[in-house]
Amino acid sequence: MIGAKRRRGHQGVFALFKHLDSTVEACKALRAAGHKGFRAYAPLPEHELLEEGLALTHSPVRVFTLAGGLTGAATGFAFTSWTSMDWPLVTGGKPILSIPAYVIIAFECAILFGALSTVIGLFVNAGLPNLRPLVAYHPECSNGSFGVYVTAPPARIGEARKILAGFDPDELREEPEGFDV
Amino acid sequence: MTTAELTQRGSLPNPDVGKYEDVNRDVLKVLSRPGKGWWILFSMAAAGVGLFLTSWFYQIYRGIGVSGLNAPVGWGVYITTFVFWVGIAHSGTLISAILFLFRAPWRQAIYRASEAMTVFAVMTAGLFPLIHVGRVWHAYWLVPYPNARFLWPNFRSPLVWDVFAITTYFTVSAVFFYLGTIPDLAAARDHARGLRKKFYQIISLGWRGTDREWHHFSKAYIYLAALATPLVLSVHSVVSWDFAMAIVPGWHTTIFAPYFVAGAIFSGVALVITLAVPMRKFFGLEDYLTVKHFEAMAKLCMLTSAIVLYAYLTEYFLAWYSGEPPERGSFWNRVFGHYWWANWIMLTCNGLVPLMLWVRRVRRSIAALFVISIFINIGMWFERFVIIVTSLSHEYEPWAWGLYRPSVVEMGILIGSFAWFGFWFLLFTRLLPPVAIAEMKEVIPPPRRGRVKEGAT
Repeated sequence: MIGAKRRRGHQGVFALFKHLDSTVEACKALRAAGHKGFRAYAPLPEHELLEEGLALTHSPVRVFTLAGGLTGAATGFAFTSWTSMDWPLVTGGKPILSIPAYVIIAFECAILFGALSTVIGLFVNAGLPNLRPLVAYHPECSNGSFGVYVTAPPARIGEARKILAGFDPDELREEPEGFDV
Repeated sequence: MTTAELTQRGSLPNPDVGKYEDVNRDVLKVLSRPGKGWWILFSMAAAGVGLFLTSWFYQIYRGIGVSGLNAPVGWGVYITTFVFWVGIAHSGTLISAILFLFRAPWRQAIYRASEAMTVFAVMTAGLFPLIHVGRVWHAYWLVPYPNARFLWPNFRSPLVWDVFAITTYFTVSAVFFYLGTIPDLAAARDHARGLRKKFYQIISLGWRGTDREWHHFSKAYIYLAALATPLVLSVHSVVSWDFAMAIVPGWHTTIFAPYFVAGAIFSGVALVITLAVPMRKFFGLEDYLTVKHFEAMAKLCMLTSAIVLYAYLTEYFLAWYSGEPPERGSFWNRVFGHYWWANWIMLTCNGLVPLMLWVRRVRRSIAALFVISIFINIGMWFERFVIIVTSLSHEYEPWAWGLYRPSVVEMGILIGSFAWFGFWFLLFTRLLPPVAIAEMKEVIPPPRRGRVKEGAT
């Protein structure tokens, strides 16, 4: 396995929260204090956390979907047309370029390429598959709790810790090294 | 919305399941050591797979002549069963993609199992063209590549469209299924110990549930659902064109695509009911798969049964109205000819028996639904048999008419295909979380320290 990616000269602090609203507020407070290197963990895609707490809006995954779909449709048309013209052979009295029939192939290719490139888009943007060992993680985050992990230079880590402690975490853990998660 | 209201709407499983931890506990419990009942079913399925392989190997060894296929009936049980399994696949994508886009509140509990069913049904269906071609070592001829003279396949042929449709459907539904399980596999990883933990560690791809992962994941999921929705409608339309594009009386009709899609959803939802009833009982998932879920599926069956019955009657009407002797003869033969019994099984199981679903008491009785769903499954297999075999046996010229009788080998492969499907489904229930953990949590109100925000669910 590849070692976890360290963030040089940084330290980390991890807080585990029982409640959604404290997690959202903690994230807002961290952002207000100018912290950038932090991550929130959740057992479900909670929109309040993603949109209010972390202000995540657009995802570039949609560009991948569109590009894949268009590439697929173009490939489907190009493939069927080129192969028909490569050896022109009239079957059933139909034109060599039978566009309505080729729409079906182009459609299927659009869906196939679009779906696969959506997955690629997800993997690229979300950093999956992530084969590094789980650092700065708590198994409760896939169960019923939320987590926040902050990395900061030693000068600012105390401040981050204080912010997190202010929202009554279940667990607050300091780590001597900061990790890219 | 309060918990009571959510329960009322049928989106929440049960008042007992009020916390995120409850979902993990109840669903991951299923993944523990299998009981005796599971082993009995699994060995039956494995024996059935043995029957399947033996029959198939015998056919490969002796040749396609061991089947009952002949001229004029060149498509028989194999193609019938192929269409049957492709049809079964459709409900999974309907529930996981279409109902997702429509935000149907009852899909969360059932969608994982039906999506798994989709993948395994396509895996089963995909074997039948290979079995049907006889010389399976030439099956790669199905793939579009230029032959020795650099002649490419004829893309005007619906059989080539079918290859594209089925391979796309298998790939996309498998990807959609796997992607949806990743967060739940991470939950299984955090819960499991020993060798199992290693297994989940690898297949959960190191998912940690960070904001970045969830953000892109939920977007990707919407786009995949949006792609899968037109795909699922296209796949059975393309399968129907395998027939409708030919000029065989009984096949050559424009209503085939919507008629096949409705039939596919009908049979697929019926099989979801057939599988969900024992699953909820054996795995103690009564709190998740409630009567509300079964009632919603029964309503889907009601609707699609009505569409299918309407299509049957339209076909008879059009055959009469066309005034074409071969067309009229074909349908007369369906109802009163040699295969009259198949047609009447089809009409009874798909048109008459589901009429009982119009009674609310029946829709809410799980035992009744289980029995009706089995009738529907039988009826839908016979529907494809009627369309394929009776039409081919009775085309234009009387001297070209013929009969077909399935051989023992074909029956072995038909029965074996159910075992093959069951084999994978049983493995699924023990290895992957059979209820979507993360999605169930979305319908549970999140834990809050402060007052519940107005308008938040």
